[in-house]
Amino acid sequence: MSAILQGAGAGAAAALSPFNSIDSNKVVAPSRSSLSVRCKRYIVAGSDDGTNQSFGSSSLVARRSQPLMIPNAVSTTKADTAASSTSSKSGHELLLFEALQEGLEEEMDRDPHVCVMGEDVGHYGGSYKVTKGLADKFGDLRVLDTPICENAFTGMGIGAAMTGLRPVIEGMNMGFLLLAFNQISNNCGMLHYTSGGQFTIPVVIRGPGGVGRQLGAEHSQRLESYFQSIPGIQMVACSTPYNAKGLMKAAIRSENPVILFEHVLLYNLKESIPDEEYICNLEEAEMVRPGEHITILTYSRMRYHVMQAAKTLVNKGYDPEVIDIRSLKPFDLHTIGNSVKKTHRVLIVEECMRTGGIGASLTAAINENFHDYLDAPVMCLSSQDVPTPYAGTLEEWTVVQPAQIVTAVEQLCQ
Amino acid sequence: MALSRLSSRSNTFLKPAITALHSPIRRHVSTDTSPITIETAVPFTSHLCESPSRSVETSSEEILAFFRDMAQMRRMEIAADSLYKAKLIRGFCHLYDGQEALAVGMEAAITKKDAIITSYRDHCTFIGRGGKLVDAFSELMGRKTGCSHGKGGSMHFYKKDASFYGGHGIVGAQIPLGCGLAFAQKYNKDEAVTFVLYGDGAANQGQLFEALNIAALWDLPAILVCENNHYGMGTATWRSAKSPAYFKRGDYVPGLKVDGMDALAVKQACKFAKEHALKNGPIILEMDTYRYHGHSMSDPGSTYRTRDEISGVRQVRDPIERVRKLLLSHDIATEKELKDMEKEIRKEVDDAVAQAKESPVPDSSELFTNMYVKDCGVESFGADRKDLKVTLP
Repeated sequence: MSAILQGAGAGAAAALSPFNSIDSNKVVAPSRSSLSVRCKRYIVAGSDDGTNQSFGSSSLVARRSQPLMIPNAVSTTKADTAASSTSSKSGHELLLFEALQEGLEEEMDRDPHVCVMGEDVGHYGGSYKVTKGLADKFGDLRVLDTPICENAFTGMGIGAAMTGLRPVIEGMNMGFLLLAFNQISNNCGMLHYTSGGQFTIPVVIRGPGGVGRQLGAEHSQRLESYFQSIPGIQMVACSTPYNAKGLMKAAIRSENPVILFEHVLLYNLKESIPDEEYICNLEEAEMVRPGEHITILTYSRMRYHVMQAAKTLVNKGYDPEVIDIRSLKPFDLHTIGNSVKKTHRVLIVEECMRTGGIGASLTAAINENFHDYLDAPVMCLSSQDVPTPYAGTLEEWTVVQPAQIVTAVEQLCQ
Repeated sequence: MALSRLSSRSNTFLKPAITALHSPIRRHVSTDTSPITIETAVPFTSHLCESPSRSVETSSEEILAFFRDMAQMRRMEIAADSLYKAKLIRGFCHLYDGQEALAVGMEAAITKKDAIITSYRDHCTFIGRGGKLVDAFSELMGRKTGCSHGKGGSMHFYKKDASFYGGHGIVGAQIPLGCGLAFAQKYNKDEAVTFVLYGDGAANQGQLFEALNIAALWDLPAILVCENNHYGMGTATWRSAKSPAYFKRGDYVPGLKVDGMDALAVKQACKFAKEHALKNGPIILEMDTYRYHGHSMSDPGSTYRTRDEISGVRQVRDPIERVRKLLLSHDIATEKELKDMEKEIRKEVDDAVAQAKESPVPDSSELFTNMYVKDCGVESFGADRKDLKVTLP
């Protein structure tokens, strides 16, 4: 078992930098001062101390007397700010899909109720290798190769969860889960409510989605926009190996159904993550780059487009604050709100389509809650309302590119 | 046998004339439509219906056409493999080599009024329906001149004028669509049928059974063809299906199991199925076939099956080799002529690839075309009716 960190607030060694994205080191340094101000909030939100503002997972952690659930977002001491990935001396480098696998394996070791089901997850090792080696280790019943029938095996997973198992259901591509929409919406989301609390559905539904590299219209879907209306589920999107592992573990431990959105193009991201066990808070957003001029809210792959644009923006003299919202349902309005109160300008950069996407909901939420703090209308950059074309150039124009983000920031900050 | 001896005699008579004409491929035998009867190697197995006869009526012209078309399809898939490795084709690319007999056999039994709908492994079916090589390659490379103008990609080939309805990425989703096509054919009294192709992986989809029930209830002229290549990506049939006898899974719907590597058997089965469907409603054809490549270009195809198995099938059951042997044994063509034909086909495919490589990529305005049909001048989209084109700085 890996070393366990002690003490919520004290953790100097426990502190983990939020700046996990590529090249973020370069942009972190100038805004060091604002960091410590924000520290306190995160300790409160995440620790066992007292006020517990989030829904399910942190209270669960407290109950299980687990080692520290480390609030991922910001370091707890001033000292550890510009550190690249982690301040703990030990750490190991891995790719995002390996981080997911590690998280999954650790949870399966820890709790025999956790099982995996999906197409080609067992003997084949998973089409994106997230479940590689697990079937050999845990056997065919715990890592179940299903036939191609999403509606049926998602429903099966939910049914199993009603009795106390904790299945991790993999959709080989998120788009295939449209076939299971009824199960996810009506059963997964609603059973806890309609049964008056008798049944809990601790499933994790995960899979890669998003626009990839010319995968065609049906395999480039962003299902977060379709699922966001379903009451009773939680949605998170991972974007770095660090938060991928943390969110996977948190999702599995959650008593609520969680949909974990991965992205096809992010599986090979490399990062060094701690050797010690850690979990990320499901409902919490991640501060990627603190700033003063404008709040840029993003998630998943667009985070990297935003960070690329941020480089250009910094050179042009802007100081964007970049937040990876991570929690798509519910939104971490606390983090977002504090940021809006500081910068007074919001740009949302997402991969969903403009109509009915996460950005659309987030825009509404921000306008409703923080209208007084806004100096400019909330701007949302989304993908075009078109089926993703196959041709490379067309596909590029479908999603938001860094140049467009730079233009939008310049427009907003006039 | 008498027929073949006759043709061989006429061969020797015509040989000098042919060589003088410098057209070694197009000699008179290739247009010889006099019937030849050939026995299929494997008998049919049936469920709730009679098997068709094992004796298939064909002709030299037809068998030669089989060879030519299958060789062209094989060459096309191999070329697509190289193009993918050269990163000119991106994303998903599912190759059909090994399964060509299905496409050509089916075409020989039907007309262009009969509809075909299939899954994402659609390149050869498209060619079989009359699609041009250059259109296929252009689409694969995402060019404007592709059959879907570069917007569909490998999994979305369509050809409306030949009643080819695609080209579908989601496993099994084409099955209800296919039954819908059959419904329309019945509604319009077309006297045509629809061939709904799906794989052994898709055979476990609920929508198959839903559509089958409806088709049987309403006597739709739908022929469900299960292309059983024994692997649903990495999962073998015995690991995914309690009953891998896919032709029987229709329960109340009759079924036929066919050797899918034998183009003549496929032709016979499809002919039989068409007659059946027009009179009695749906029927399931299970085509026992095999794919040499992995599930797609990102699947090596050797982690879940042995290389010996693949090469074994290639040696014993390869559809093109089978037809080659037929052509040679019936003296329809010589070894050299077939080799020349293959060379010509290779050149044809290479030319198509070169032409496709030269064609232009779609321009940015194409992003928004064909979203809606332009009626009442509707140009905008999105709930708020704003024009959402983002101009690049």
